[in-house]
Amino acid sequence: MSDIDYFDEMTNPDGSIRDAYQAYQAWFAQEDPAALRAKTREAEAFFRLTGITFNVYGQAEAGERLIPFDIVPRIIAAREWTRLSRGIEQRVRALNAFLHDIYHRQEIIRAGILPVDMIAKNDAYLDQMIGVSPPGDIYTHIVGIDMVRTGPDQFYVLEDNARTPSGVSYMLENRETMLHMFPELFQQNRVKRVSNYPASLHSSLAACAPRHCDQDPVVAVLTPGIHNSAYYEHSFLADQMGAELVEGHDLRVVDGRIAMRTTQGYRTIDVLYRRVDDDYLDPLNFRPDSYLGVPGIFDVYRSGGITIANAPGTGVADDKAIYSYMPEIVEFYTGEKAQLENVPTWRCSDPDSLAHVLDNLDELVVKEVHGSGGYGMLIGPTASKKDLAAFRKKLEARPSNYIAQPTLALSTAPIFTKAGLSPRHLDLRPFVLVSPNGIDITPGGLTRVALKKGSLVVNSSQGGGTKDTWVLEED
Amino acid sequence: MLGKTAGGLLWLFRYMERSENLARLVETGQRIALTRPDRAESEWTSVLETAWARSGYEEDHDEVTGEQVIDWLLRSRDNPASVINCVENARMNARLVRTALTREVWEAVNECWMTLCDALSRKITAKELPRILGLIKQRSAFVRGSLHGTMLRNDIYDFARLGTFMERADATARLLDVKYYVLLPTASGVGSSLDNAQWEVILRSVSAEGAFRMVHGRVRRAQDIAKFLILDKRQPRSLAFCYGKIGDNLAYLESDYGVRLPSHDLVEDIRRDLDRATIEGIFDQGLHEFLQEFLRRNTELAAQVEQDYRFSQ
Repeated sequence: MSDIDYFDEMTNPDGSIRDAYQAYQAWFAQEDPAALRAKTREAEAFFRLTGITFNVYGQAEAGERLIPFDIVPRIIAAREWTRLSRGIEQRVRALNAFLHDIYHRQEIIRAGILPVDMIAKNDAYLDQMIGVSPPGDIYTHIVGIDMVRTGPDQFYVLEDNARTPSGVSYMLENRETMLHMFPELFQQNRVKRVSNYPASLHSSLAACAPRHCDQDPVVAVLTPGIHNSAYYEHSFLADQMGAELVEGHDLRVVDGRIAMRTTQGYRTIDVLYRRVDDDYLDPLNFRPDSYLGVPGIFDVYRSGGITIANAPGTGVADDKAIYSYMPEIVEFYTGEKAQLENVPTWRCSDPDSLAHVLDNLDELVVKEVHGSGGYGMLIGPTASKKDLAAFRKKLEARPSNYIAQPTLALSTAPIFTKAGLSPRHLDLRPFVLVSPNGIDITPGGLTRVALKKGSLVVNSSQGGGTKDTWVLEED
Repeated sequence: MLGKTAGGLLWLFRYMERSENLARLVETGQRIALTRPDRAESEWTSVLETAWARSGYEEDHDEVTGEQVIDWLLRSRDNPASVINCVENARMNARLVRTALTREVWEAVNECWMTLCDALSRKITAKELPRILGLIKQRSAFVRGSLHGTMLRNDIYDFARLGTFMERADATARLLDVKYYVLLPTASGVGSSLDNAQWEVILRSVSAEGAFRMVHGRVRRAQDIAKFLILDKRQPRSLAFCYGKIGDNLAYLESDYGVRLPSHDLVEDIRRDLDRATIEGIFDQGLHEFLQEFLRRNTELAAQVEQDYRFSQ
């Protein structure tokens, strides 16, 4: 892979600095590397004290870990962002229209664009949601669109996160950390603010309250509990929104509504921002062995007694097999060509595609249809012969569980290392809020960066780090 | 506020108070061991008893030695009442109720946990012991200080304070009860040096030697010590002081929520009995019996508060 010329976000092929990074580069050149190393340690101490940690599943002995933070911002020019955000908005509209359609008339199947099996055999499709119309017909209120860049004007959507996208607390804390450590950078660069996110999240959720709700809606965040890997984020968002952070055992059905147990009795909740998966949401309607959910909440939801964000059953829109249809889905519901490109994707459920994938396994990235977090995926070019052989067996056994994509030449941006600036591959997850009042995209998002030289895996569970992401104001 | 949050706040501050009290107990235990080696073993045994850690210790150990007791009380993960487990539990509760805490309070708890996990990760030598005990008390003081300095005086604060004073009342009563025999008139008759040492232990365990001297002068009488730690409302670790605070905080909750609950009646009873009590009356009734009854009512109140404010389902 090393012979490929990767697009670098900071530096042109001729070694000159791109416009967006000019001011940063000038600042960096003046800084003492030893002082910057001290700043890196300072940032780490700050994250640890604040408790911005996560638990790695399957590594109990590791306890809480920090996601490494890199002090060099990833900078996006205003013009680039405008183009991206238009494409994101179009895509998110299409996702919601698609979800409404497949739980109602299923026009897209009637029109022959999506095979019925994609829905009928999809584990994330909830029959219980058929005919349910949430307030504003919004299904996915909080969306994270994973994007990568491969060239000056070439962006791809890698994945849509329509269920419970995480990482927004890192976006906010990364910015806080940078403001705290390098205030002068924000005087020299005009960076679009991200700090409105919690307030926007609250007003966006409140705007989706049940129709009968006439006073200020009560919003709460539902967490699986302190052992969940994203617990910090759940408590952070609840805190910033001034909402209660509840667990399943704090809630129950009272007079046909969902209420939380307070020191003064049960209090009704109007909107629940849930960070618990569909399967665990309601032991009476879904997995009966779940202790994380609320018995009967789905019945209250169907009768319009509470808004659940994101709606149950949204996962069907972000599985990787549906993803391969996104260009058609966008066009079907918006009447326009998709502005953001999809990565070409082979669906292994199709015999011809499977044959192609098996023949070219060492050049492809293969992912599980419902996988996330970088688990259970194969990166052909860097995999060992043994890994390739093992994965081949898995593919042959359950082809419909997998999709394959070409290995993308992900762009790089510099991180700060002992040897100075050094390029690493990265991606971008912008965060989108959807309400009847409109679509709100926070400028930038979360940049995840592979810290290992040459690595293409940016997931925090696999040793990736994060960066502050800047979108510059128009000149 | 969620009922669960109220419970988490109360327990966060119970555990912080407990770790601090343990540090004081170990400090006095060590002092006796150094100054009166012949008394060391029985002193460590009574320290274990006061810390609710004796039966667990005896299951795990064949003999009582200072080194092992210190390890058991400060570092052992197998002892549910050890400092390290208290601090671990305090932080877990702080994470649970994080949305109710100011950033300063959370950071003080988190830093306490980080510092003590590190300080208690290795066996503690006699040389290091004073520094580590100081660290435990200091970290607890930081948490208390940030609570005082940054938290709104509302129901959140009330539950935090209830935890502190329920734990403290319990600790002082247990300390006195384990040592009650040295305070009895029959045992203390002439004020032998042995008894003086025991009294000193009691006062030191609540950091009150200086305060006692201010109030009662240089002459120590068993009855004065008992009075000081049970009935003196100026002494911040006395039963009467703790119950003054518990009563106040429950009264704030009553007026804040506008609801009177069974725990309000209960605390009023306990407070009134302490107000009316005299030290002579307590000795007539029997010091041990009085303390046992007090401990029972303190536990009863804790359970009632938990029920009244819906800590759990």
